[in-house]
Amino acid sequence: MSTQQPAYRDPMSRTAVRQLLWLGAAGTGGFIALMVALAWASSLTGGGAGGGSGIDFETKTITIAIEDEPPQLDSTRVTDTISFRILGHVMEGLLRYDAKNQVVPGVAERWDIRPTGATFWLRENARWSDGQPVTAHDFVFAWRKVVDPVNASQYAFILYYLKNAEAINTKKLALDQLGVQALSDRVLEVQFERPVAFFDKLVTFGLYFPIREDFYASRGERYAADADDLIFNGPFTMTRWVHGAHVRLEKNPQYWDHDAIRLNAIDMPYVTADATAVINLFKDGSVVSAGLGSEQLDEAMKLRWNLGRYDDGSLWYLDFNFRPDRVTRNLHLRKALQLINDPGELVNKVIAIPGFRPAASLFPSWLTGISGPFRQEYPPPTVTPDVEKAREHLEIAKRELGLTEIPPLVLLTDDTPNANKQSEYFQSLFRRTLGLEIRIDKQIFKQRLQKTTDGDFDIVSAGWGPDYADPLTFGDLYASWNGNNRGLYSNPALDAQVRIAQGSLDPHVRMKAFAEIQRIMIEDAVHLPNYERGRVFVQDPRLKGVVRRAVGTDPDYTNAYLAENP
Amino acid sequence: MLTYTLKRVVQGIVTVWFIATATFVAMHAVPGDPLANQRATTEQIRQNLQARYGLDRPLIEQYGIFIGNTLQGDFGISFTQANRRVNDIIFESFPVSATLGVLAVVFAAFGGVVWGALTAIYRNRLPDHIITFLVILGISVPSFVVAALGQLALVDINAWLGFSLLPVAGWGSVRHMIVPSMVLGLGTMAYLTRLMRSSMLEITGSDFIRTARAKGLPSTRIFLKHQLRNAILPVVTVLGPAIAAITTGGFVVELVFAIPGLGRSFVQSVQQLDYTVIMGTTVFYGAFLVFMVIVVDLLYGLIDPRVRLE
Amino acid sequence: MNTVERFNPLDFEPVVIERQVHAISRPSLSYWQDAGRRLRSNWRASASLGIIVGLVAFAIAGPWVWRVDPAAQDIDQISQAPSLPSTALIVEPSVPWAGVTSEPIRAGQAVTELRLAEPATTQTVRLVWEPVLGATGYVIYRSIYDPAPDRALGLPLGDVLGAQRASYEDRLDLDPTRYWYSVVVLDASRAEQDAYTTLVVDVVRAVSPEEAVARGWASDTAAFGVGDQITLPFHPLGTDYLGRDMLARLAYGARVSLFIGVVAPLVFVLIGIVYGSIAGFVGGRVDQLLMRFAEFVIALPFLLFMILFKIAFGIGPGESGVFPMLVALVILDWPPTARLVRGQILQIRQEGYVSASQLLGAKTGYLVFRHMIPNTLGVILVTLTFAVPSAIFTEAFLSFIGMGVAPPTASWGSMANEGIRTMLPHPHELIFPAVFISIAVLAFNLLGDGLRDALDVRMRGRE
Repeated sequence: MSTQQPAYRDPMSRTAVRQLLWLGAAGTGGFIALMVALAWASSLTGGGAGGGSGIDFETKTITIAIEDEPPQLDSTRVTDTISFRILGHVMEGLLRYDAKNQVVPGVAERWDIRPTGATFWLRENARWSDGQPVTAHDFVFAWRKVVDPVNASQYAFILYYLKNAEAINTKKLALDQLGVQALSDRVLEVQFERPVAFFDKLVTFGLYFPIREDFYASRGERYAADADDLIFNGPFTMTRWVHGAHVRLEKNPQYWDHDAIRLNAIDMPYVTADATAVINLFKDGSVVSAGLGSEQLDEAMKLRWNLGRYDDGSLWYLDFNFRPDRVTRNLHLRKALQLINDPGELVNKVIAIPGFRPAASLFPSWLTGISGPFRQEYPPPTVTPDVEKAREHLEIAKRELGLTEIPPLVLLTDDTPNANKQSEYFQSLFRRTLGLEIRIDKQIFKQRLQKTTDGDFDIVSAGWGPDYADPLTFGDLYASWNGNNRGLYSNPALDAQVRIAQGSLDPHVRMKAFAEIQRIMIEDAVHLPNYERGRVFVQDPRLKGVVRRAVGTDPDYTNAYLAENP
Repeated sequence: MLTYTLKRVVQGIVTVWFIATATFVAMHAVPGDPLANQRATTEQIRQNLQARYGLDRPLIEQYGIFIGNTLQGDFGISFTQANRRVNDIIFESFPVSATLGVLAVVFAAFGGVVWGALTAIYRNRLPDHIITFLVILGISVPSFVVAALGQLALVDINAWLGFSLLPVAGWGSVRHMIVPSMVLGLGTMAYLTRLMRSSMLEITGSDFIRTARAKGLPSTRIFLKHQLRNAILPVVTVLGPAIAAITTGGFVVELVFAIPGLGRSFVQSVQQLDYTVIMGTTVFYGAFLVFMVIVVDLLYGLIDPRVRLE
Repeated sequence: MNTVERFNPLDFEPVVIERQVHAISRPSLSYWQDAGRRLRSNWRASASLGIIVGLVAFAIAGPWVWRVDPAAQDIDQISQAPSLPSTALIVEPSVPWAGVTSEPIRAGQAVTELRLAEPATTQTVRLVWEPVLGATGYVIYRSIYDPAPDRALGLPLGDVLGAQRASYEDRLDLDPTRYWYSVVVLDASRAEQDAYTTLVVDVVRAVSPEEAVARGWASDTAAFGVGDQITLPFHPLGTDYLGRDMLARLAYGARVSLFIGVVAPLVFVLIGIVYGSIAGFVGGRVDQLLMRFAEFVIALPFLLFMILFKIAFGIGPGESGVFPMLVALVILDWPPTARLVRGQILQIRQEGYVSASQLLGAKTGYLVFRHMIPNTLGVILVTLTFAVPSAIFTEAFLSFIGMGVAPPTASWGSMANEGIRTMLPHPHELIFPAVFISIAVLAFNLLGDGLRDALDVRMRGRE
């Protein structure tokens, strides 16, 4: 092998190294100077994060991270969890949930719910952040906005319990026909379209929050675009909003119950969807809590962290396609799959996070029935995994469908790592026990939605989160008129039960209807329940009073406080 | 020079127009409804939404509106982040990405030139082997790993020191910029190191260097003025698009270090089919790229007088 | 002293030619012959060739030698580090347990007599305790470290509500290791007491005969009885997050990754070379047009067009679209190489030997391929080296949107991507694919260096 010239001893290369070192030093100096210059330049345009600690006892401030920039803080058009969470802290509806998840007075101090309507008496000292009182007119304006077709609110259906709401939303009636009026500044009168058993729980929901008409008009298109384009009537106000970078909430001195609020500020200077980054921030002491995945549990125990767990309320399952040309329409095929599905194995071995519950029914365990948990009062029929019986059902299915082999089934799924893991598990499970071939169709969010709506799948892995704390939020999922029933399952018996549950006010009648729905779901193998999702998180033990919920603002810092000695 | 620059600018505008059109067509050809959400909407609400965002008009009209608005410098309103103008999104997040990108490229360029020249000088000796080994290891792991390891290292350093030397994530001060820009620049630096090395090796053996030495020129001058300067051309070629790419492609680093940059918005907008943001960002990026390429081409002429630009 | 001698013609004799004059010491070699010769004796090139042969052999012969199904999920040995084979105890199949309730007799802040209802196995751990008066329920924690003294109780497994509930069954991710279970009493307001009771439990790996057959470890249940030890499948390199054998996945994944990692870069670098040299050499309008088109391709949003390609190629769900992905990668990745080559050509074009060649009547093709490209080889080879891992990781990224290989087929890139999540607790899932990718990159890097050494004209004739 040739060498051009001896490398090191050459005087030229020695000087070269020296020059390179100078160059490197110059580069480093230039790099630092550039950084400082750019930092100065960017400070002129704003932006600027914390870097402090998760808890500041002197200023009674906590720092947390949020997973994404809140896309929509207009309460009449909100749809996503982050915006709901922030709105839940800076706004308040007629009623609210307390730390024990009971419905308690919010803006309204008294209320009366009847089969045909409701009346709310608002308190004297409910104020907006600019000092103006919160009046019944604010609710009327906001609720009309929600159902206004021009506003195009995707959650408008949650107001369909109000008289004429659906007709207004479909352009059949004028806005002022909505069944809500302000009898005076302090009294709000509501008429129902049909009897609603849980209206008190409904009005805690973000879409039912008030908006003041004059402020809204003054901002026009820019309402809720920035912190200055909003006024607040909740426990906190938003004092800073640098998009994608920083949100800051501070205690609202105008809030009627401001004495009970013990935190002065909630700072959110970190916006990232990367869970590991948030955990690193927690390790560094920069944020006060972080969510944990199964990979981080061992380390959490090693670091002797204080771990918490809660139900996030959602149910995850495999949905079938009931369209005419699909084999999944066949009952015996679905029963075969139902009999090899083992949620216990999925939860205990594959997912392996405490807090996940193997699912056994359409109705998750946290739902209340008449006086206790629904699932205790009306236990679902049990399904024990049985491979032999599953194979028998498969043979019957093949005969009924006139096929020698079931064609490959398409399992439509998300592109997230968890969805990946689960879909591969199911692929292997179906092949191992029944010899079925599953093709995994990974799609990113919008394409998956499109395919589901178009019916371009055999099985889809899906989840449903509750909108309100009543079994109906799950119960009506498979009604044939429900747009969310994307598999197009249609069963008149189930539809009838849903209507009973919707129309009746008697809790016994309603719960029995739900129990019947539960039974039909399992007998007919309408879907395969997998798990009820839970979360494990770590939190600084000196922060107390944070409420985690399945329905409602979650996490809720309204009643949180700091204790120096945990 | 001036005519050349003007010609290039005009060509650049045409190129950007092509980019915009191709992206528009691709965007609408991809299945998926930008306004669809988890909760199914009734037909009426869907129509209301489409009317609100102008999606119910024929494609040609939408295209015309888009081009018209772009010429006026207005990219419209974002679909997913309601009430936010795309202009605001771009102009608030671009400076962040640009800062990060420029710092990363400066870091990569200096590092690449220095390490690359070193490996050329110590060719086939220990420093060369070490640096080459590091380079290969560095490019064999996904960029996510590098960013995650970088952040972990920071956490450990802070813990060991007992105080927070550098913030682990976030943005807003000089201290926030150091580690993310270094992590972002590492990949490019590895590439530039190798490029510089190969370029230097060729130049070092070439005739004019031998002539210069024979002439008795001082080594200093030879190295800086002749070797470095000639070897740097491929590096410059790469740098132009590299700045543009790093600025919008710093997605991983922005995610891990919670930095409100353009790369993140861009990737999210594609995933959510946010038409206006996709179009605005693509046009902006295209213009930026074209601009950087023009700058680089002009630099060619400065660095190497033999290269004649036509 | 004058010693001039007198010479006469007889003193001179013609010299006898005894030896041949040295012929030219070696035959005349053309440029390529010389390069080939130098390449063969270059140690780097030989080393890289050896590595490449090794990798290809691993890809082709690996699955034959190590006959394990890469898609088989060994659920009981998820994310296991490389280790020797372990054994499991055969036990009776576990019967559903209704739990135990008993009336609390004494009051207190913590439960007493926390114990196991039966021996603890990886199938289930069943705890029972004496309940206390005034409790509204109990919370059960589990840790792999001792909770004392700072009450680091670990994972909150679950809670049982009701004062009489006196048992808990744990089936969550049980490993054959030591656990510390702690039970905490919930007082009247459902808040946790400070006091806690701990039990140390050593879990034994166990499996029922039916499960062993179901998992394919034995052919029928009569082969063994309760109390026997059965050997679990051996995974020399450990398993991934679904219990799949790493070695098998690496061997199968080698096929995809080597194919993509080698073919894609070669193709698009080739295209880049041709494109760039034409642009650089011809110059003028053609150059401008070609370069503007290259910028156009660079500026297109990658993800969007990938999705478009996927639809255009009509890849069905769950089908492996390796060839379409190859095409897509090539279509979107050639511009940077073209720009680089063009830059080099612009520089070289002005060199003396080019004009000399032209004066001698060389055609354009000859000039470009014989003179210019060999001089741009350094830059090209660097690009190739970096294109290999880039292609591998792009393929992994694309499999997320449904392009590339469909699950459960593995590729090194997707294995590395999946290994990132468990990087800290189970580094082997990331390290092994990364090492293999490094080896492949190293091989091509060495090959590149060797090639460049061999092809560099300035080193011709030197050894």
